[in-house]
Amino acid sequence: MAIVCEKDQLQEQHLLKIKEICNTFNKDHSELINILHGCQGYFGYLPAEVQEAIALEIDMPVSKVFGVVTFYSFFTMKPKGEFPISVCTGTACYVRGADKLVDEFQRELGIDVGQTTEDGKFSISTLRCVGACGLAPVVMVGDKTYGHVSPKMVKKILKEYKTK
Amino acid sequence: MSKINITIDNRKIEVEAGSTILEAAKNIGVEIPTLCHMNLHDLNVENKPAGCRVCVVEVEGRKNLAPSCATKVNEGMVIRTNNMRVINSRRTVMEFILSDHPKDCLVCAKNGVCDLQNMAAQLGVREIPNQEIYSMSEYRLDTSPSIIRNMDKCIMCRKCETMCNEVQTVGALYATGRGFDAVVSTPFHMDLVDTNCTYCGQCVAVCPTAALTEVDHTRAVIRAINDKSKTVVVQTAPAVRAALGEEFGLEAGHLVTGQMVAGLRQLGFDHIFDTDFAADVTIMEEGTELLDRLGKHLAGDKDVKLPILTSCCPGWVNFFETQFPDMLDIPSTARSPQQIFGSIAKTYFAEQLKIKREDMIVVSVMPCVAKKYEAQRDEFKTDGNPDVDISITTRELAQLMKQANLDIKTLPEEEFDQPMGESTGAGVIFGTTGGVIEAATRTAYELYTKKTLENVEFKQLRGMEGIRSATVDFDGFDLKIGIAHGLGNARQLLNDIRDGKSDFHAIEVMACPGGCIGGGGQPYHHGDSSILKKRAAALYTEDERKVKRKSHTNPAVIKVYEDFLGAPMSHKAHQLLHTNYFDKQQEGPEIVKGDDCTSCN
Amino acid sequence: MSKINQHILTCGGTGCRASESKELAQNLRDEIASNPAIEGSVKVVECGCFGFCEKGPIVKMLPDNTFYTQVKPTNAKEIIEEHIVKGRKIENLLYTDPVTKEVIDESKNMGFYKKQHRIALRNCGFVDPENIGEYIAREGYEALGRAIFEQEPQVIIDTIKASGLRGRGGGGFPTGLKWEFTKNAKGDQKYVVCNADEGDPGAFMDRSILEGDPHSIIEAMAICAYAIGANEGLVYIRAEYPLAIDRLKIAIKQAEETGLLGDNILGSDFSFKITIKYGAGAFVCGEETALIQSMEGLRGEPNLKPPFPAESGYFQKPTNVNNVETLANIPVILNKGADWYASMGTEKSKGTKVFALAGKINNVGLIEVPMGTTLREVIFDIGGGIKDGKKFKAVQTGGPSGGCLTEEHLDTPIDFDNLLAIGSMMGSGGMVVLDEDDCMVSMAQFYLEFTVEESCGKCAPCRIGNKRLHETLEKITQGKGVMEDLHQLRNMSEVIKETSLCGLGQTSPNPVLSTLDNFWDEYVEHVEDKKCVAGQCKSMLRYVITEEDCVGCTACVRVCPTNAITGTKKKPHIINQDLCIKCGACMDKCSFDSILLIA
Repeated sequence: MAIVCEKDQLQEQHLLKIKEICNTFNKDHSELINILHGCQGYFGYLPAEVQEAIALEIDMPVSKVFGVVTFYSFFTMKPKGEFPISVCTGTACYVRGADKLVDEFQRELGIDVGQTTEDGKFSISTLRCVGACGLAPVVMVGDKTYGHVSPKMVKKILKEYKTK
Repeated sequence: MSKINITIDNRKIEVEAGSTILEAAKNIGVEIPTLCHMNLHDLNVENKPAGCRVCVVEVEGRKNLAPSCATKVNEGMVIRTNNMRVINSRRTVMEFILSDHPKDCLVCAKNGVCDLQNMAAQLGVREIPNQEIYSMSEYRLDTSPSIIRNMDKCIMCRKCETMCNEVQTVGALYATGRGFDAVVSTPFHMDLVDTNCTYCGQCVAVCPTAALTEVDHTRAVIRAINDKSKTVVVQTAPAVRAALGEEFGLEAGHLVTGQMVAGLRQLGFDHIFDTDFAADVTIMEEGTELLDRLGKHLAGDKDVKLPILTSCCPGWVNFFETQFPDMLDIPSTARSPQQIFGSIAKTYFAEQLKIKREDMIVVSVMPCVAKKYEAQRDEFKTDGNPDVDISITTRELAQLMKQANLDIKTLPEEEFDQPMGESTGAGVIFGTTGGVIEAATRTAYELYTKKTLENVEFKQLRGMEGIRSATVDFDGFDLKIGIAHGLGNARQLLNDIRDGKSDFHAIEVMACPGGCIGGGGQPYHHGDSSILKKRAAALYTEDERKVKRKSHTNPAVIKVYEDFLGAPMSHKAHQLLHTNYFDKQQEGPEIVKGDDCTSCN
Repeated sequence: MSKINQHILTCGGTGCRASESKELAQNLRDEIASNPAIEGSVKVVECGCFGFCEKGPIVKMLPDNTFYTQVKPTNAKEIIEEHIVKGRKIENLLYTDPVTKEVIDESKNMGFYKKQHRIALRNCGFVDPENIGEYIAREGYEALGRAIFEQEPQVIIDTIKASGLRGRGGGGFPTGLKWEFTKNAKGDQKYVVCNADEGDPGAFMDRSILEGDPHSIIEAMAICAYAIGANEGLVYIRAEYPLAIDRLKIAIKQAEETGLLGDNILGSDFSFKITIKYGAGAFVCGEETALIQSMEGLRGEPNLKPPFPAESGYFQKPTNVNNVETLANIPVILNKGADWYASMGTEKSKGTKVFALAGKINNVGLIEVPMGTTLREVIFDIGGGIKDGKKFKAVQTGGPSGGCLTEEHLDTPIDFDNLLAIGSMMGSGGMVVLDEDDCMVSMAQFYLEFTVEESCGKCAPCRIGNKRLHETLEKITQGKGVMEDLHQLRNMSEVIKETSLCGLGQTSPNPVLSTLDNFWDEYVEHVEDKKCVAGQCKSMLRYVITEEDCVGCTACVRVCPTNAITGTKKKPHIINQDLCIKCGACMDKCSFDSILLIA
């Protein structure tokens, strides 16, 4: 995952990547969502600079790109943590106590849902149903899934990553 | 069109097939309230998100209520627009909308002219249950030189979005976010000044609430008039006189030129002049420039480009500066009438009065909000002092007059002051689409052919179609003219020029649909585009009434050239009456070379 | 090389993969490879979802049908050595019926599977989804071949119409009719769209079908395309379904290579190709007009119908949109006939329906039952009853658009119309069981929170009204409600239903209305008595210290963030209720169980 430079600047190589992704989809406006997926896959998130570059490349008002980015919850304009924590808050997980897990992660990390810890290690988000309802409540850290999680397990899960 | 039979509120009626319930109901005098629907018939623009849901009606056999703005009638349809099921829903939806709307109506810019306020009154909403526990949308107030965005008041009717994207193709505003957080906004919610907004004000013209309003300068006008050390000069644009009366309940198209002058005099302005005078000067410069470029071009000079584009419209200037920076050498360099007026007033007229330019305040009354921005441009300042100090809209003038208890209906007709109140019919028609180019043609014809033009009316240049073209016989030479109003139409013509597909010699562009008569600073037309036609007709009537109808025959204009400017396109004229354009393309993201990025090395 | 005579089927669905089923499959392969005696005669197949997610990962042994549950990667060695080599079943991996305590070794004898009839899920758990050959071996692509070479498009449409198949995505619109509309619509270019934007939290049947049997969808789309006169297809799928996307891509590629997709399919004049479009996390895009907007790269805002996509859809061309489960039924119907399909189900709802069973139930999983099966059969016979011996309170069907049903509805035969009649709906088939610990006001609040987050914001009643519903429910669960709020809730709900633009808003108040109807007393208790019997509404509970158990260790005092606990050392402490924010930190800290939470 490449992270955009600080100071809101893109590097040339990043711009080339954006152009490459746009070209893959023939700069077709109807492929905007696929282009955004491609760019988020590369950058990890979609900061304003990336959206501006896409808009310029496919000749679309940047307001439109921003309008689409902010419509879909999959797209984010903030970088996620090194270990993004996603608590499933689908119904099956909710009735088995997912909300308490969200509280616990927030309390342990001192951040709210949608935020990233200062050291950039963790971020918390909620998602709707990963389809592992048999394991409810479910927490994902990166690609790893934890099932039957209780508030008491939260500390343990975090510990796994704190030392990494 | 075939007819079908339907029943509305127990009345059997025959309506055209394909019409909506909203339209059908209107036929029998039933006005169904709506907040988001807008159909500008002549402009081929319809905003129909069916989003406000205030216009819902009951249709027999249908489970839920139907939005009348977007539901077409069927043969035999039985509709109720007013039973208690409908009323309860409509009122509850209105309560929803109000529950997320500030309630500062008393000090709101739209107090009294707000569609939402009127509808709330009509629906008898008296309280919002549980308002104290309801969260409300909050956005940062965005003030630009021309437009204020107060998105707390946005009701998501999407009219501004339609104007900005579909009509104007500017794309400064677009829906953002989702659900309760959805709002029409700029990219990254940045300030309008940082976007490619042209300040055309069409968003302001259609906004049903005070989410989008012009920057109010009426207080500054009061302050200026109260300052005894200042001489306050006012100029009024042509389109203002054709619309101001509407603010006082007069029919659209009712000319109130003399009454307006009387009102301005009552308000205490020292000199009441006419922007039409400056429009005549504009024609002298622009017409001369056209013939100059045309002559060189026909002589084979490859450096001289055609067509020449008009440059009176500040929204249009902003548009090509931001969107077509590669074509900055095509538009005429002549300043707009507002700025030509300011420039002459603060030099020639100030000299006559023997006062310093700092002691003169030039106020302009414009149908336009972009003029506020134009007046602030650095190119139009001398030592920091602007040629035009304050620019107010038609609506703001009406406000000032109402504050002073001046009713246009009861004021006498008075005359403009001299010398800058003298104008021709050519200056008057500047206010409508096609007018500038018609005025230019009248003068250019006589200058080119050295013959007298008998019939000054070029009807082929008039009308409301978005893009028009005409050929005028210049005594054997065919002058090809293009006209566009609305920036989306202008974009088409510009793209043609860029692609080498345009064979026009001259093109007139106005940013607003209809030209200045449909400007963002005019009385709200509430989506009734027939109003624009009436305003245009009024200007042509005033033109007809004028004895002099060609700019170069304006005695005051002749005199200002003799006494002060020399000839059109002279060095002095260039200095005072022409301008330069700048590349204002939205910058893309800042790019750094790999080695330069401090955080990567 | 010896012939393969034994198969080990492992579940490769997302749920079981989360429990390391992939590692398990690898370990099994490694074990086989390291055993020369059996190498080459045993094959490990990673299948789609078996459905019994509660007991995953599942391993099924063929040919003897032994069904192992909750198998860990470390069990691989044992399975090979004991079951394969020695032919002995491994007792502790077999399923034990929670009620009878009987050990059961085959799925067909298990309560969970007995009443099921798997049509849409027919291949899930039987075939390797990454191998087109296995699909073809089970009558795959037969229906397509027959359609192209032997049947007129109208004959196919008539068959689907006669089968009585209705859309499984939520609306329940007759599928054959929809096809006919699109076929009859004027247009040179038409599209077939598969809606795989499954968004109901707690429903995952579409994903399981795509993961377990992607070819059935490809075949169905091709048949549909042939029937309506389209040659382009699109699958709109959630980006959050990486495994399903991978398997679908593989399947498309294999079908293309086999000549079952692409130009001149099977040498005929009929050409059809499929491309994939990704969703990006918007529930509303399950609504077909919003889905089409999203496929065009726009904000997924629904448009008013009419015009229906059948007339004017993707790029204003006639477009037929069907959901995954609907499509999965198509090839079977054409293979076995409309009469066969119509023989199952109720008068107006034919065939079977897949449900995702979740919540406070013993057997969480994916099930498929004939329409007309009662809720009681599903929850108690298949679902194995309520977890931990608690009492059944309600079942929520239809996801955020559905309603909460009670004990009295348990004997209702499930079909589209019956569920609507009792204030809920089929939806996409989510079924969440609730027990006595669940507060129904909180449940309604939970669903509204979802709707508020997922509303597109285009129309006022959904954008603002749902937010107001949520805030009013929050007021009630915080113990600040008054009776008037309940009347407000009902009026707001009804108006939102009546006036919203699309299906999302037209159904979003259902969780509120159904709980108001079925659990009125519970609402009144919250409002009048400030009491939550389920003990879920924190603000109505109190943390108290029992005098007899408290030793005065002061641990709670130190952990309390608001200094609400006072008392002298070694004397019982007390909690000042005015200061207590009910964070529960004291209770977690107390080593003497002297802090209680009471209603």
